Amino acid sequence: MEAYTEKIRQAARRLLKEKRVDVVMGFQRGTVPMMSQPVLIRKVDEVGRLHWDSHCGSNLANYLPKRKERIALVAKGCDSRNIVGQILENQIKREQLYIIGIPCLGMVDRRRILAAFPGREPLSVSEADTRLLIRGDGFEETLERVQYLQENCAICTHRNPVIFDELVAEPAPEQSDLDRYEDIRGVEKMIPDERWQYFRELLAPCIRCYACRNACPMCYCPTCFVDESMPQWLGKSIDPTDTTTFHFLRAFHLAGRCTDCGNCQRVCPVGINMRQLNKKLEKEIKELYGYESGLSLEERPPLDTYRPEDPQQFIK
Amino acid sequence: MGIEPGRLHFSWISSAEASKFVEVAREVSDQVRNTGPATKLVKKLPEVA
Repeated sequence: MEAYTEKIRQAARRLLKEKRVDVVMGFQRGTVPMMSQPVLIRKVDEVGRLHWDSHCGSNLANYLPKRKERIALVAKGCDSRNIVGQILENQIKREQLYIIGIPCLGMVDRRRILAAFPGREPLSVSEADTRLLIRGDGFEETLERVQYLQENCAICTHRNPVIFDELVAEPAPEQSDLDRYEDIRGVEKMIPDERWQYFRELLAPCIRCYACRNACPMCYCPTCFVDESMPQWLGKSIDPTDTTTFHFLRAFHLAGRCTDCGNCQRVCPVGINMRQLNKKLEKEIKELYGYESGLSLEERPPLDTYRPEDPQQFIK
Repeated sequence: MGIEPGRLHFSWISSAEASKFVEVAREVSDQVRNTGPATKLVKKLPEVA
């Protein structure tokens, strides 16, 4: 994937030189390995900072809502679906955007790499074909990239951007024959008490830092319900009632909107797999309305449309 | 999420449907009463020594 870097720089250079856009959003190398970070490039001579590798999992769509300039940004499959969502929800206009599409082969989960080297610190990580080369003090090892993907990438079925102005490479082969919901069905089968316990344990480590919310491209409300104080909908403590309510409500707000980009889980400092909640709602929306979020600019999301044949068995 | 069946209800009642409201409210309160006191999503005050 590192080969994409040059293509991204070329596009950025051209777009800035021709004054097609005011800013290019992309990634630059982080200050520590496996932590590529978002960067905004406004001048042609800064284009060399742009970089691409398997650690660009952050979702740049998060920086779009309500921006006024003309923006070029690099977008993976999931990011592009969030851009579609934001366009549908009037957060940004398609005409403002120049999307540099990334056919994505999945992002590497930094935590899984670190876990593979207990007591040793990887100091540099580079890529060759399907392998990752990890170097540290006194060691050098190669890992198969595909075994260290983020969970959401391993079960991704939309690797290629759904909207773009150019692609940096040929479309990536899409993964099919995947079961996205194996774990969800397991939770569905539990009896209520087991399920209660399961969620209790899932969310117990939460410290209410809101990193998941802040990293989410669809969580753009100017004032989040958790920050409201008149009325105060939700307690501020880390009592299980408050943390559970926070995570469940956030998941409901993302029903039919989440694209499983995995940014929430990626940024969580205590490693909560809150994607379980989002995936359950993704499954419900798919089964009830036959809708997958962010695939089309033509179709309105199910929760902002009404049709007489909408399922409503749950209502009296 | 593990809330007992019978504790959570949804209904759509127009402001003109007073009798339906009464009927549904009775039904809901009866069912919830039968379910017993809530043990989930209950917040306790911190115990201070």
